[in-house]
Amino acid sequence: MNNLLPLGTKTFNIVFAGHVDHGKSTLIGRILWDTDSVPKEKKEAAIAYCQKNRIEFEYAFLLDSLLEERTQNITIDVTEVTFFYGERRFRIIDAPGHLEFLKNMISGATKADCAVLVIDSSVGIGEQTKRHAMLLALLGIKQIVVALNKFDLVHYSLQAYKILHNECIQLLEKLELPCNFVIPLSAKSGENIIKRSPHLSWYEGKPLLEALVGLEISASPENSPLRFPIQDVFRFDERRLLAGRIESGKLQCGDLIAFYPSAKKSKVKAIHHWPAESSPQVVFAGKSTAIQLEEEIFVERGEIIAHENSPPIVATDFFARIFWLGDHPLAIGAPYTFRLATQQSIARVLQIQRVIDATTLEDLQPVPMEVKKNETAEVIFRTSAPIACDLFENVQTTGRFVFADQNRIAGGGIILKALPSKPVHEIKGRSRISAAQRAKFLGHRSGVFWMTGLSGSGKTTLSNRLEQILFHRGILAYVIDGDELRGGLSKDLGFDAQDRKENIRRAAETAKTLAKSGLVVIVALISPFEEDRKNARSICEKDGILFKEIYVDAPIEICKSRDPKFLYLKASKGEIPKMTGLDSPYEPPSNCDLHLLTAQESIETCLEKLLDFIVPLVRISPDKERELGLLEDPAAEI
Amino acid sequence: MQNLDNLESQSIFIFREARYAFKNLAMLWSMGKDSNVLLWLAKKAFCGHIPFPIIHIDTTYEFPQMLEFRSWAKEYYGFELIVKINQEAIERGISYKTHDPVTVTHELKTVALKQALEEYKWDGLITGIRRDEDGVRAKERYFSPRNQSMEWEYKNQPPEFWNLFLATLPNNGHVRIQPLLDWTELDIWLYIKRENIPIPSLYFSKDGKRYRSLGCWPITHPVASHASTIDEIIEELYHTKTSERAGRAQDHAEPNAMQKLRAKGFL
Repeated sequence: MNNLLPLGTKTFNIVFAGHVDHGKSTLIGRILWDTDSVPKEKKEAAIAYCQKNRIEFEYAFLLDSLLEERTQNITIDVTEVTFFYGERRFRIIDAPGHLEFLKNMISGATKADCAVLVIDSSVGIGEQTKRHAMLLALLGIKQIVVALNKFDLVHYSLQAYKILHNECIQLLEKLELPCNFVIPLSAKSGENIIKRSPHLSWYEGKPLLEALVGLEISASPENSPLRFPIQDVFRFDERRLLAGRIESGKLQCGDLIAFYPSAKKSKVKAIHHWPAESSPQVVFAGKSTAIQLEEEIFVERGEIIAHENSPPIVATDFFARIFWLGDHPLAIGAPYTFRLATQQSIARVLQIQRVIDATTLEDLQPVPMEVKKNETAEVIFRTSAPIACDLFENVQTTGRFVFADQNRIAGGGIILKALPSKPVHEIKGRSRISAAQRAKFLGHRSGVFWMTGLSGSGKTTLSNRLEQILFHRGILAYVIDGDELRGGLSKDLGFDAQDRKENIRRAAETAKTLAKSGLVVIVALISPFEEDRKNARSICEKDGILFKEIYVDAPIEICKSRDPKFLYLKASKGEIPKMTGLDSPYEPPSNCDLHLLTAQESIETCLEKLLDFIVPLVRISPDKERELGLLEDPAAEI
Repeated sequence: MQNLDNLESQSIFIFREARYAFKNLAMLWSMGKDSNVLLWLAKKAFCGHIPFPIIHIDTTYEFPQMLEFRSWAKEYYGFELIVKINQEAIERGISYKTHDPVTVTHELKTVALKQALEEYKWDGLITGIRRDEDGVRAKERYFSPRNQSMEWEYKNQPPEFWNLFLATLPNNGHVRIQPLLDWTELDIWLYIKRENIPIPSLYFSKDGKRYRSLGCWPITHPVASHASTIDEIIEELYHTKTSERAGRAQDHAEPNAMQKLRAKGFL
């Protein structure tokens, strides 16, 4: 039975990912066909189906078995099929490309030793290609093969290969993913799958299957520290057995062991398998087993058994990268069921630090207050009880977790860092009322609109009018005015660079606090230095507050002639030292969000521009205006 | 670890998760090869015990050899056996003589199971289906929820990864737990050989024919084969180009028969 060799070896799992219509199912069908892995009647049925429905035979039909899949020509759920090639047994996991089926892609991809990223060469990298690639990175897939499918459609051009190769390498590098091979091929015409193609004579690399045979099968982590999460405690007879699977390392009879998070200790008396004579003295990573302890101590499901010299982390606060699959967005402060190995707890997200846009792979700005379905994010979360775990980079199985909402997995993640627990008041997400709840209550979102410009440029006039109009339109706004600030909160400050900086920091913190309470905050402050304004932005954005910089621009001569507060006059008499625009510089914003030229445009025009800019950013309920119509002040000069 | 060790370990893990997650668990058993591997793995998972009842949905079209095996195995393994027959359908005259295989299979298997579920109120049901049996089964999850009418919402299956199973229990429904999902027909035979697991004699060749998959006798056909030992069966399977369930009429009675049967609650 020499020819049965591959049966005994571990299966090599490959996930196929990529944009819809880039030909994944066709490629898989072709592989099954070419390796002679399709039962005869299945081949016949697929051919008969195509003939009956008068459609061209498609290899994809060998795989797609659900009625809907055939009629709509898409893949609905993860499919797994086995085939043999060379000395190796392969399991193909076909992950659907449709956006709404992303959960299936994850369900499939988490098992893979390698991913084949299928790209339609005539189209290039698609949105889902990026999204899938990002997930592969998140799931810790270590080997990637890019299949440049439909290469016949780009006329087997070396030039096209070079361009696509470059784009793929760039994408994968950005995601810190490896790139083992980039293979030009055609699934439909069977080129470069098993056999090389005469049309691709310039390609010196391996055809797809040959490349796959050469990749590594993930080994069980036997050499990592012991991690043995308890699944259950059995008391079927006089023995009390702790059952579970060794996730990493090895366990031997007589070993001194410790339990985490409880930190209890004991010694392994015996390992019990069935039939009894098959019970070993030592068990290795990957094996399901059951052990008996020397002295019986009370331990439950959830505890992780480890050796004392290499314990797992025990903590409640974690920094993690997550992907979200739930229909309801991940909300700060909301309770989720948390599962890691066999532990279960309640987790709440304290802070969302980054949300990554899967289409551009850039961070969303400002940092959103929630993580929507199909988005990836970095968050800080806290569990209701201490959790034993590892960093994902150290031990994969005890470094990953899921969040569940109403008993359904809503997201998954990997632990990047364990954090020292902070008292509640130091945590930025202290409030039990979310920004979304506040926005719903008020009918609008909050934000900080920072107006910068010379004294006399029109900041005070515009901001006061703006506050009033917004209010009458049902948007609760408030102005933080420079003069008011100087008269109160910043009374102790002077006008040197250090004090001006501190003044702006105080203004930014105040604006942020008001915005967190739900208000639209308009800051009217000369704030002459770019660095200080950047600092203000980061104070707000760090806490997820929308921040926009508005440059109220008028030439110094105009400002001097307006001089509404007689500041230029006083300065000219030497009463105000370091007057901005005179003996202290004003640094115009290099990259403002809105630029108003008050010397050239009327106040009304500027106000219109401000409203057009601000209202769409904050408004969520258009009816509020009508509802509050009675509040209209007939005397308002609008 | 070798392939069979991996499969065994994963199945045991699933068994144990199921027992922890469900209060009222039962296991379906048809006396076939997969069912017997399932029993064997249950014994391994629970260190020699089978801590839930074993259900046989008896269609009354069972091969006599299978019924013999049923009595023998009950004694040998020492489990609690529940035999369920859809008496109501039989009294209504549902039979292979008068009805098509899809209808009979639905009535005597699926409806019988539904009746048993109503009677015993199981919240978790362990089954022995495998992905490689059929393209529709290939899309299954280890933990697969069914609603009260036993329907399978294959278009909206819950996500499942990293072996972190959540018992998504629909109202008055149950969850199917499927520990053999990753196994292939060949794996089953290699494991039967390695572990020396008892199986019914119908799988071995007699007069040039053997059964590759077993169901109701009127609609189950033997395949031409001279394989009379497990080694010969393994050798045969390695070279075969026909599929395992080719001899099972209900799968092929109409296009997409299996999908329709399964959406309504068939295994």
